[in-house]
Amino acid sequence: MQPLERIRSRTVVLAEDDIDTDQVFPARFLTTISSGGFGEALFADWRFDADGAPRPGFALNRPEAAGCGILVAGRNFGCGSSREHAAWALRDYGIRAVISTSIADIFFSNALKNGLVPVRIDTATHAWLLSHPGEVIEIDVGGGAVVLPDGRRVAFAIDPFARHCLMQGVDELGYLLSRLPEIEAWERARPGG
Amino acid sequence: MTALSMFDKIWRAHEVVPESAEAPAILYIDLHLTHEVTSPQAFAALRARKVPVRRPERTLATLDHSTPTEAQPIFGGVPIRIESAARQVAELERNARDFGVELLGLGDARRGIVHVIGPELGLTQPGMTIVCGDSHTSTHGAFGTLAFGIGTTEVGHVFATQCLLQRKPKTLAVTVEGALAAGVGAKDLALAIIGRLGVAGGAGQAIEYRGAAIRALSMDERMTVCNMSIEAGARAGMIEPDDTTFEYLRGRPRAPQGEARERAIEHWRALAGDDGARFDGEATLDAGAVEPMISYGTNPGMSLPIGGRIPERGDESFRQALRYMGFAPGEALAGKAVNVVFIGSCTNARLSDLRVAAAMLRGRRIAKGLRMLVVPGSQQVKQAAEAEGLHSVFTDAGAEWRESGCSMCIGINGDTALPGQYVVSTSNRNFEGRQGQGVRTLLASPATAVAAAITGQVTDPREFTR
Ligand code: SF4
Repeated sequence: MQPLERIRSRTVVLAEDDIDTDQVFPARFLTTISSGGFGEALFADWRFDADGAPRPGFALNRPEAAGCGILVAGRNFGCGSSREHAAWALRDYGIRAVISTSIADIFFSNALKNGLVPVRIDTATHAWLLSHPGEVIEIDVGGGAVVLPDGRRVAFAIDPFARHCLMQGVDELGYLLSRLPEIEAWERARPGG
Repeated sequence: MTALSMFDKIWRAHEVVPESAEAPAILYIDLHLTHEVTSPQAFAALRARKVPVRRPERTLATLDHSTPTEAQPIFGGVPIRIESAARQVAELERNARDFGVELLGLGDARRGIVHVIGPELGLTQPGMTIVCGDSHTSTHGAFGTLAFGIGTTEVGHVFATQCLLQRKPKTLAVTVEGALAAGVGAKDLALAIIGRLGVAGGAGQAIEYRGAAIRALSMDERMTVCNMSIEAGARAGMIEPDDTTFEYLRGRPRAPQGEARERAIEHWRALAGDDGARFDGEATLDAGAVEPMISYGTNPGMSLPIGGRIPERGDESFRQALRYMGFAPGEALAGKAVNVVFIGSCTNARLSDLRVAAAMLRGRRIAKGLRMLVVPGSQQVKQAAEAEGLHSVFTDAGAEWRESGCSMCIGINGDTALPGQYVVSTSNRNFEGRQGQGVRTLLASPATAVAAAITGQVTDPREFTR
């Protein structure tokens, strides 16, 4: 993972509530053993019609959405399936942060592991962002704040450990592997092994 | 000493390193279940790092998600039709071999949906931590385990270290008093609970289901309730183990036997929450008020008692859901035409579900033009059902009887409905496109599914069960 301190980008808005990971990455693309190239399937059934032609009304297909790196979504984004393919697809497509009032637990955790910053924000800021697509905002990962176009900083909660991993570009596996001696000692001390 | 809930006890017993402000807990995982869809990239990560699967004996792999449900590609040497699915199956076979992980492969009589076989084999035991790269891992909580779904990166973490980094979730007690009425099943209760909590009501929480109505449920029914916890957004759902649990485990091949069983039961009983244990949140429901439920929208929270009418809501998400479903506010669901009925999935494809379905279908035929697919949860369920003659009831009625797997619950093995069709399904998700592009899913119990199969329309199952 690349070290990440701040993300500055225009936003793209998908205002629907409860967008599930089956929408983000439809199930029929799950039969893959590859570790890349997930971006094409992102929101496939919302982006394309049955013949594969782009649906012009869909937010990601509008010309002004090109290059947007921050997705602002309705409540409870990423609910449903645990498929990490949803986070991979957003990442591969170029989305680097997702903002909502609430983000489902498993997706939240998957996002962090892929350098995709999940931001849970207050309702008032969220409402403003939903009604102002395309504004340039900044996510200050180190400072735990969203910086709005007028310079106002809105704090969001970020786990110190997750922040450390994002900012240093380190993954959790390295940390877990470094703790193997404690894990082994714990296993030995456990009643019944 | 503080009074501890069952969740607290299980959590504490698995903390290798407790959480701190700076870092999450290192949580030990007793049992890791894995399947062909969410494991390939995790195995690839192990290869890239040159790390082995640390505790293969705590790991079990099966083939269920993209696996065909026709007999020939399973047993007959006919290749799997979908090439990418065939590659996934072959990849898990290779990974299991290379990393020394036990795989219940295509022809294995114990193969089945990952959340059906864990309990069936006796691998799922009270007090354990259990994970799988699948959100319905909450199913195993029916045995008094802490069981939750993880992403593929975390699958790799468990392979490599048998541990996960986790922040402790909050706890929510859902108490269900009273008794379910005749003709009302565990699936109806699960949908009613989600209706109460909302699809995000359980977010960040581990639910403990309790109360007289929960105690009265069989293990199969408890699994149905815990299975759906994720549809309320919860990380996990759990039920205190009791004699029903211990009886279920008796004689299962991977469960302790004899003296070891006696010792284990003593330990399992001690998992019960202490008197006065506190939960972060509480909700209560009266089981007697629950009616047969059916979903009308595109998430499991959008469900109704079967005699109800679709509500009116002004927001765009709601309107979009109804547009997709082809329904309008104020409409009754009863009487709506149904094209396909699916009995299957880790929610409702255990032997007791098939018995309920067969009892209603016996001597009847499915409606003309309707397609009905019955997919047992595991090969063992299939064999047991056939030993009772249930398969003939289904095929005589005009239904298809298949090999086990996820099948039309997720529709990636080729078992899908057609765009625009209505499917009454005993699975757990009615998301857009879940059962095929443009397919409209109505979630219901096995009884309600069979009622729809007989009449060809959404029908109250109590008309058949009296
Ligand atoms: S049956 Fe459906 S919900 Fe259950 S594990 Fe398979 S795909 Fe997931």
